[in-house]
Amino acid sequence: MKAFTTHKGIVAPMDRANIDTDMIIPKQFLKSIKRSGFGPNLFDELRYTDLGLPDADNSARPLNKDFILNRAPYNKSSVLLARENFGCGSSREHAPWALEDFGFRVVIAPSFADIFFNNCFKNALLPIVLSEAIVDDLFKDVAAVEGLELTVDLENQKIIKSDGSEIAFEVDAFRKHCLLNGLDDIGLTLQDEGAIKSYEEQRKQQAPWLFRA
Amino acid sequence: MAGFTLYDKLWAQHVVKEREDGTALIYIDRQLLHEVTSPQAFEGLRLAGRKLWSVPANLATPDHNVPTTLTERQAGIEGIEDPVSRIQVQTLDDNCDEFGVEEFKMNDVRQGIVHVVGPEQGATLPGMTVVCGDSHTATHGAFAALAHGIGTSEVEHVMATQCLIQRKMKNLLIKVEGELGQAITGKDVVLHVIGVIGTAGGNGYAMEFGGSAIRSMSMEGRMTMCNMAIEAGARVGMVAFDRITQDYVQGRPFAPTQDQWEGAVSNWANLVSDDDAVFDKVVEVNAADIIPQVTWGTSPEMVTTIDGFVPKVEDGVTDEHKEAIQRAHKYMGFEGGEAITDIQLDRVFIGSCTNSRIEDLRAAAAVAKGGKVANTLKQALVVPGSGLVKAQAEAEGLHTIFTDAGFEWREPGCSMCLAMNADKLGSGEHCASTSNRNFEGRQGYGGRTHLVSPAMAAAAAIAGHFVDVRHFNLEGGAK
Ligand code: SF4
Repeated sequence: MKAFTTHKGIVAPMDRANIDTDMIIPKQFLKSIKRSGFGPNLFDELRYTDLGLPDADNSARPLNKDFILNRAPYNKSSVLLARENFGCGSSREHAPWALEDFGFRVVIAPSFADIFFNNCFKNALLPIVLSEAIVDDLFKDVAAVEGLELTVDLENQKIIKSDGSEIAFEVDAFRKHCLLNGLDDIGLTLQDEGAIKSYEEQRKQQAPWLFRA
Repeated sequence: MAGFTLYDKLWAQHVVKEREDGTALIYIDRQLLHEVTSPQAFEGLRLAGRKLWSVPANLATPDHNVPTTLTERQAGIEGIEDPVSRIQVQTLDDNCDEFGVEEFKMNDVRQGIVHVVGPEQGATLPGMTVVCGDSHTATHGAFAALAHGIGTSEVEHVMATQCLIQRKMKNLLIKVEGELGQAITGKDVVLHVIGVIGTAGGNGYAMEFGGSAIRSMSMEGRMTMCNMAIEAGARVGMVAFDRITQDYVQGRPFAPTQDQWEGAVSNWANLVSDDDAVFDKVVEVNAADIIPQVTWGTSPEMVTTIDGFVPKVEDGVTDEHKEAIQRAHKYMGFEGGEAITDIQLDRVFIGSCTNSRIEDLRAAAAVAKGGKVANTLKQALVVPGSGLVKAQAEAEGLHTIFTDAGFEWREPGCSMCLAMNADKLGSGEHCASTSNRNFEGRQGYGGRTHLVSPAMAAAAAIAGHFVDVRHFNLEGGAK
């Protein structure tokens, strides 16, 4: 997994509550055998004016020009700002995969759905919970400045605005450690590589028939 | 100090490291792979530039999506009509080739349903931890192994680390004492148990089946029971090691070699719950009380006996229960009060990882022998669990018994168990099925599933409705 230390990027505002996983990546794309390449279908129904199909050429599809991610400079945004209960719906990991594949590294909202929240950390995506009031202020900031950028400093747990002012945020210490070091669950387990190997050696002595050549 | 349960022992033998938060890193001896839940795991490895921790610990075969008709099968992967199925089967082949994983490909005689193939090859051994991206992995627990289903990200985790992060479960003992009646099988036992404890009864527990009735049961019957532990909410089902386990395993391709055999057997002898082991919960069942089981509703706990009736709404004990009965009535097309033997069937399915092994096919054939599938039925399917089961059945002439009686004899795969390929129920159709789930839509949109044993399914096919197999003319001489 990519490590996350500090990140500076354009903020895309999506002024909606309850953005669900189906909106993030519609059902028809879940049949895919891949976990990458979902970026072009992120928010598919909002982004295009026709129906998205798994094997369509997305570059040839009619765009909804009003949708934020279709407009410069937001087509290059990497911080998503939304309202409460972001990521509700299914438990599948396709939603963070799609956000990550598009280029998002941070999602800011007053609250998140549990499973989605957990899944983000496995995919180098940082979900930040801020109070409704602060989120409200951020929406105002973004409305006032086209292409507003924010810097997210995970080590120091703060968001830095362009005027230098800071917003502190909370993050679970263990998850922070994993993100800072680019450790997904697998990376984390592999930190115990030595223990796994010595277990394996011992087991090979006791029960050699379990190990095929 | 109290003794240990089988589960306690299996757990302790596989702990690599205890973690502060109460979870543990558990070593996994065997991972079985199939085409539906593995592609994203392989891709994850590829994206992260990781390798398999242990290539030979993995074994793969396509099962959920493969077509079961000979013509579609013979045309190879390109011949698979459904594009999504075709891509998934092809991707499994490509991934296994790339990562060097041993795979029994679609037209290999060793191909079949993962949960049939693992034990058949001896790839499932006593004392192992076995995982697969499929909830019926509990099947392998019949070998005194610790086996359970996992999700795709866990599949990738096992691929890369040979470990899983787990929390220990509680111990549940299902004790079946006494002798099972004539024609009563593991399927009837497990359906009865689910009826008693409910689909949530095993939540959070590792479930061991014990007692004298289990001790005298064949490995195949034990696998059928463990297979359905998950339908009672338990991710793990297990049976202690004994002579029956030993005899089944001996001589299989992946089993210990001759020079390792003695050592293995003496090691396995300990894979039983100690006499003074303490279980968190014990459920006692009298074997003699069990008569053929049939599910009437849309959950495996909605089960009754062949001489029973579809319950009425007022039979519900709580409001919630009444509502559940009402909903199931609506879906199944019942009013309540119908005799089980009056349920007219449209299709019969004998197969799935629950009941597609040679003993299951023998039991069904013994009933079908000399009979004819009722002409009111649209279809009666027999789908062996693996290519080797199919070959064995053909060597015994079972396939001609089936085809003479009007059953279709198919190629191995999951088939009508879950309707991921062309084998499906039509809306509103009633099916006697030897599979494990009767959920709404499981066997096809609007399809109405009744779970039964293989012999009961065969008898129902001949009669056109459910009948008590114990009083059915058993010409073939099943015992
Ligand atoms: S036979 Fe049915 S339950 Fe068993 S693995 Fe296949 S789909 Fe799953």
